Amino acid sequence: MKKWHTFLSTVWLGLSTHKLRSFLTMLGIIIGVASVITLMSIGKGSTAQILSNIESMGANLITVSGGARFVSVGPGGAMSAGGGSTQTLTMEDAEAISQQVSYISAVAPSSSSNLQLVVGSENINSQVIGTTPEYMSVANLKLASGAFFSEQEYERGAKVAVLGSDVAETLFGSANPVGQKMRMGTIIVTVIGVLESKGTGFNSPDDAVIIPLTALQQTVALTRTAQGEKVVSSIYLTVTDKEQADYVKEQITSLLRSRHRLAASDEDDFSIRSMEEIASSLEETSRTLTLLLGAIAAISLLVGGIGVMNIMLVSVLERTREIGIRKALGAREQDIWVQFLLEAIFLTLAGGVIGAIIGWGISVIINRMGTMATLVTPDIVILAVSVAVGVGLFFGFYPAWSASRLNPIEALRSE
Amino acid sequence: MIELQDITKVYPMGKRELTVLRGITLGIEKGELVAIMGPSGSGKTTLLNLIGCLDTPTSGSYCFEGREVSRLSSSELAQIRGQKIGFIFQTFNLLSRLTALANVELGMTYVGGVDRRRALEALAKVGLSDRVGHRPIELSGGEQQRVAIARALVKNPSLILADEPTGQLDSRSGQEIISILTSLHAEQGITLLLVTHDANIAQHCQRIIHLKDGEVVAEESA
Repeated sequence: MKKWHTFLSTVWLGLSTHKLRSFLTMLGIIIGVASVITLMSIGKGSTAQILSNIESMGANLITVSGGARFVSVGPGGAMSAGGGSTQTLTMEDAEAISQQVSYISAVAPSSSSNLQLVVGSENINSQVIGTTPEYMSVANLKLASGAFFSEQEYERGAKVAVLGSDVAETLFGSANPVGQKMRMGTIIVTVIGVLESKGTGFNSPDDAVIIPLTALQQTVALTRTAQGEKVVSSIYLTVTDKEQADYVKEQITSLLRSRHRLAASDEDDFSIRSMEEIASSLEETSRTLTLLLGAIAAISLLVGGIGVMNIMLVSVLERTREIGIRKALGAREQDIWVQFLLEAIFLTLAGGVIGAIIGWGISVIINRMGTMATLVTPDIVILAVSVAVGVGLFFGFYPAWSASRLNPIEALRSE
Repeated sequence: MIELQDITKVYPMGKRELTVLRGITLGIEKGELVAIMGPSGSGKTTLLNLIGCLDTPTSGSYCFEGREVSRLSSSELAQIRGQKIGFIFQTFNLLSRLTALANVELGMTYVGGVDRRRALEALAKVGLSDRVGHRPIELSGGEQQRVAIARALVKNPSLILADEPTGQLDSRSGQEIISILTSLHAEQGITLLLVTHDANIAQHCQRIIHLKDGEVVAEESA
């Protein structure tokens, strides 16, 4: 205990003699650690946001898309660009799935088009999704006002529409859109409901309009296959048990392959993805991004470490005589070594802790500003601070070693 | 207590070698007060450094308190320096950032730990009880050297080595330092070895060893 007290007071003496210099050296580490924490918290925050968006869309969702190799997607489809240059999925496929595949609770075939929407003088282009009433539960949608279309409305092809929250606001402003009419492509539809906003994140339905598929057919002619089946772009379905998602995918694959009369050597002409797969691949991407951001910030930490080494070398040179005196008084090589190494570690540890507090503060401020989500987790704080101390150990090693190796007689003679 | 047997010390100087000590054989008993005299370059300081375990001889044997120390590792030498030997330098070698008290405490840092009471006692012995909080820059040369003596004294060494302790002092302060050292020797029986140019100072010693060109050329006893 006493020995450590002596060590620490020696270290403090070494650092407090040149307060400004010690602070500037620390500043390199402070900036490094603060930027590591800030950037990694941004990465972590966006990962968390993506996951919560996916959760809000329904984790039990499975998407079947026409055409091999789709790009990515879900209902409401902000990202559904790619998918199905060859349109192979049909209404009848959806029917067959809902009748023959087990562990599923709802099936919603859908097609989407970009149509012009006109209300008074307002005029926008929006994605219009034609689907069945099951879509609401499959896509985990919630209504802010009004109602979703019913089975009857679907059956008779009622010209009714449910608006995403952004579309509603753009077209109707603060007025209640429910009951209002609007022009959509070549038909007039009545607004019967408005969806709750899901935020601007991944795959939000806020920018879409949802109508019965039977109504969409009245303004956009649906393609039919050679067998006369009605083509849809995707089929969404909900599994009753997440554990069974893989089994459900297998069943759908074999069902669709036989319906599409594919030979054993043919590739699938559709693709199936569960939300969990999408989530894990997005999470993976986001994690890589977080790591990349951290690595970029770590470069400044490295530069800070070089600053520590530089100062420690100067300090050893300056204090050569002191080292000689200490050696004459009985300091062993390891005593000198520990003293200088502790100085380096103290600089980086203090810099690391201050940097962590500042980085934390910055990420909280960024979060408050609301443009980006950030998330500071204990692991990134521990990582950043321990990397800082590691930097101190690494870059303090050589100066401390060279101090300990000084010849006491020559050291005492130096000016 | 000190047995030097045919000690040589050679420093490599680039391609050539510089022989500083040539076969020194010397014994010093416990409680002696010995002066080493000689012209510049005669090897006085090198000899003192060897005796103080700051350096090891190129050849020959050195027994300190019955222990052969000429082949010890640097950390074993450090241990002997810390526990047994007190140094007093011409240039005082105090740490300028520390107070007199802290400088004296530094003498105990590497041997057993700091004991403030003993540090204050040591300062009292050299008559600096009223100066404990002063830094070296606030002290006169004589006072600084007295702090250095207290630092050497504080760990109860069996040997004190003084390398021209009055070399940078005016004659009055120098006289004070010498009287402190001689009284320490007289009262506590500390073995004291001092290197000096000054014949007046050497006269206070029981034995004077004359060095020239790395050899003992004469020894006189008072």
